[in-house]
Amino acid sequence: MSKFVTLNGNQTIGEAARQIDPDVIAAYPITPSTAIVETIAKFKADGLISGEFVCPESEHSAMSLCIGAASAGGRVMTATASQGLALMWEMLYIAAGLRLPIVAAIANRSLSAPINIHGDHSDTMGARDSGWIQIYSENCQEAYDNFIQAFRIAEHLDVRTPVLVGLDGFIISHSMEVIQVEDDAEVKKFIGEYKSLYPLLDSKVKMTVGPIDFTDYYFEHKRNQLEGIENAPQVIEEVGKEFGKKFGREYGFFEGYRLDDAELCIVAMSSAAGTCKDAIDELRSEGKRVGLLKPRIFRPFPHQRISEALIKMKAVAVLDRSSSPGAFGAPLFTEIRSALYDYEERPKITNYVYGLGGRDIKIEHFKEVTDDLEKIAETGKVEKVYSYINLRE
Amino acid sequence: MEKTIEIRWHGRAGQGVVTAAVTLADVLSTEKGKFVQAFPEFGAEKRGAPILAFNRISNKPIRSHSQVYYPDIVVVTDPSLLGMVDIAEGAKENAIFIINTTYELPLIREKLSLGERKIYGLDAYTIAADELGKAIPNVPMVAALIKITQIMDLEKFQKRLKVSLSKKLRPEVVEKNLRTTDRAFKEVKEG
Repeated sequence: MSKFVTLNGNQTIGEAARQIDPDVIAAYPITPSTAIVETIAKFKADGLISGEFVCPESEHSAMSLCIGAASAGGRVMTATASQGLALMWEMLYIAAGLRLPIVAAIANRSLSAPINIHGDHSDTMGARDSGWIQIYSENCQEAYDNFIQAFRIAEHLDVRTPVLVGLDGFIISHSMEVIQVEDDAEVKKFIGEYKSLYPLLDSKVKMTVGPIDFTDYYFEHKRNQLEGIENAPQVIEEVGKEFGKKFGREYGFFEGYRLDDAELCIVAMSSAAGTCKDAIDELRSEGKRVGLLKPRIFRPFPHQRISEALIKMKAVAVLDRSSSPGAFGAPLFTEIRSALYDYEERPKITNYVYGLGGRDIKIEHFKEVTDDLEKIAETGKVEKVYSYINLRE
Repeated sequence: MEKTIEIRWHGRAGQGVVTAAVTLADVLSTEKGKFVQAFPEFGAEKRGAPILAFNRISNKPIRSHSQVYYPDIVVVTDPSLLGMVDIAEGAKENAIFIINTTYELPLIREKLSLGERKIYGLDAYTIAADELGKAIPNVPMVAALIKITQIMDLEKFQKRLKVSLSKKLRPEVVEKNLRTTDRAFKEVKEG
């Protein structure tokens, strides 16, 4: 029987980890993901987790351990944030290059300098070309649901690609909410047994992992690696539907909120999307035809699905919780703008960066964005392609 | 309860203010089946510094994840914050204020220009010092909030509080905490 419990985002991931009980959990604590590691360590000490729990000397070592354990044939997870994810950097690429289905929970946090422990998407956006699948969560419930689905997606034989699940640092990681936790046995049944395709511990099969691969075949192997993430959309969709059938909460590539008759659209990921929904209800009551598109999957980017949802809009505002210095807009914006390029008729589009270092975004800000969108729709002109929300200038 | 109730806690780091918000959320979700949020201010953490914590309480799932700017209830766990931080900032027209204080409540009302809004006070430091041996005001302040809002009776509140506190505290300390809630229920006064 599923039950309603009050947990914060970090405890939510810990609870899912206990239910999944991977063979190896290797993690090094860092704010705001520390409580994930604490919760797991306590479960292990209390005998509620049977897998190995290792807390090595750094995040680089934690990811290295994950890579070793996954190569050996284990189901493996970790958790980190910010500088911790940054320290894993070179190992992230190796995990993806070796097609190891590792799952990581990331309590999204800003990057130094200056030092800041609060929530934004700079950490995972920086890892967007590392080859990992990226899933973003709006609230504690989604963090739990996404984390469970991540194992199914990562381990699918057509995918075999690591997956990271983002939850906003502090805003979700430290926010206590009521969530529906599913029955242990049902979760175990949903994720199923994991069987590694080429376990290094199988002494009958001799092989090498991660050898040198120069100008002769490196390119072909990197091309082959892409197959995994290219196959992911179908699996993500199937797993999201199956999860819905089993637990009553279905997931897709994105969530549309009051989009059907919308002329104006705000695109926002993660916790801000929840606040945006409340703003949209208020704006709708004032007669404004505005909706929300909340991307859930950022890698592989669901360009066609998102374009199809946006194409009939008059004006679109893409809100990014990270910046990409020197680029023509922030990461989510450049993806969406590029995706729309092939359509003859396409909406006017503008980009806002918000919430860096945990700066709050509230209902009023979504109203201001909607005012801008109305103006753009009316005049057909985007005066500023790139601007900021709630920033002192 | 048609609309979401938003609560803003003003306290000082180290007073257990976030724990108070979490405890309230735990009690209301388990005993009353409410949807709840409890979260800290997205700010710095320095012992003794003024801090905020927040709750949202609703009959339906809560979506908003911004901080609370227009509270229905304001709780102040340290009287030295009065006049130092604007505890009434953004508070709704019909907001209620619950303050740990020995000051005269009409004086606070006047000084902070609270107008006709309801204000309640209790000496949570003395209650906690007497019963716990430590002036930690968080549990009596949660109790005062429960009493004033009449959201549940003392017995039901204490039943769940006992479960919640027993996760971290020894049985005799839990009992002492429960005594602070007896007193908070009796001693909180409208001013």
